[in-house]
Amino acid sequence: MRGKSAIVGMATAGMGEAPGFSAMELLGQAAVAAVADAGLKMQDVDAVFSATSSHAFPTMSVVEYLGLKPRYFDGTNVGGSSFELHLLQATMALEAGLCDVALVCYGSNQRTAGGALVSMSEPQWHETPYKPRHPITAYALATSRHMAQYGTTRENLADVALAARGWANLNPEAFARGPLTKDEVLSARMISDPLSKSDCCLVTDGAAACVLVRADRAKDLAAKPVYFLGAGAANYHRSIVAMPDLTTTAAVDSGARALEMAGVSRQELDLVMLYDAFTINTILFLEDLGFCPKGEGGRFVADGRIAPGGELAVNTNGGGLSCVHPGMYGLFLIAEAVAQIRGEAGERQIDGCDLALCHGNGGTLSSQCTAILGSEATL
Amino acid sequence: MTAIETLGPQAAYQAHLEAGRFMIQRAKSTGEYVFWPRVLTPSGATDLEWVPAKGTGTVYAITVNRARGGSWNVALIELDEGVRMMSTLPAVETAPIGARVKARVETTEDGPRVVFDLMEDAK
Repeated sequence: MRGKSAIVGMATAGMGEAPGFSAMELLGQAAVAAVADAGLKMQDVDAVFSATSSHAFPTMSVVEYLGLKPRYFDGTNVGGSSFELHLLQATMALEAGLCDVALVCYGSNQRTAGGALVSMSEPQWHETPYKPRHPITAYALATSRHMAQYGTTRENLADVALAARGWANLNPEAFARGPLTKDEVLSARMISDPLSKSDCCLVTDGAAACVLVRADRAKDLAAKPVYFLGAGAANYHRSIVAMPDLTTTAAVDSGARALEMAGVSRQELDLVMLYDAFTINTILFLEDLGFCPKGEGGRFVADGRIAPGGELAVNTNGGGLSCVHPGMYGLFLIAEAVAQIRGEAGERQIDGCDLALCHGNGGTLSSQCTAILGSEATL
Repeated sequence: MTAIETLGPQAAYQAHLEAGRFMIQRAKSTGEYVFWPRVLTPSGATDLEWVPAKGTGTVYAITVNRARGGSWNVALIELDEGVRMMSTLPAVETAPIGARVKARVETTEDGPRVVFDLMEDAK
């Protein structure tokens, strides 16, 4: 499936705070803008891929709202990683001739609607008596294990938060901007030891949408195509208690599968977008995707290695930690990769960005989905 | 009263707890333990029986949830049978990973639950 489809339209809406708008209204704005970006009409869309935290049947709701009559749809919900998987599913459907124009879309008004993470996730009966506060309890447990096993420190976690803020300060759309010091990060209020407020992603509003077509049609459309080169998924557990090893995620497998399909090595990647729901995520995924040995992630992020000007460009939008996190962040990873590959990332634009990896995470380090995107030069 | 043998794994686990017993499942054919309770083991064995848990284990991971109304720890305990469960150590604020712990059944307003104490504190 390498190079068989391309993202030809991409847009976001309601980034940060969008008072007065419902989740579907924001999704609608992003969808309208993405279709226009591609130079297509809404009625050209004949396949819908969507997951949200506020719709039990997201594709039905999207179809009705946008006035579509699609011949293919898929509402697979694997949390924040859904949209990396949707790229794979959309490419399969396009390649099989089941559709011609695929819309992948998401919207949330989580911040203005209540200010807390909204989840349709049902409690796990064997966990309920112990009152975990998921998702943070699960990620804190994984962090505690990583610290005990590999000597990772809160200073290492702080380096991840500081790098994200550094990038956010170059992104006018980022929600959390402004100076941030290591002392401020380390003295933030503890929420679930060893994770403090500064280790947690934002709670924002936001919507995103992208349009995919078969690669042979991509060059005839308005926007510079960003090609789908590969994707892979892996999932071992639902609840954190069933995760085989709390220091190693299924990204080991999803990443290897995506890189193999794309036929590229990680050394060739210009941009690495990692789902940073918590600071530990960035460390775990850098290890599991092979950028450093297992256990070395904390030391890898030291000295600004993933901050602006560092040797590896990671989460250049500011990430879920400092840019945007409306509950399911996966499509915003893709939005940033598209902006960078198109060369439209403004002050934060990295030089010669042709090849990007987007790694989505869903549940409590559960579903792992990796997608590789590239410019025409990578075909 | 319904005989525990006729219940599904979740209800059976809870019925044993109601009777003050911490029981886990083991496959007769493979000797594998499985937790949380279900209808098959990771290798696919389905001939599961309930056996008393040894009750001893090790802290695998731990966090302390901080809230205005107080804090409480949530731990993953690796039982000596080789399976992991979520629990808590109510007698301490927190404990080091690797600490040896012993189970007891605690009665709460919401029903019985298995909790753990540090071994040196265990009576």
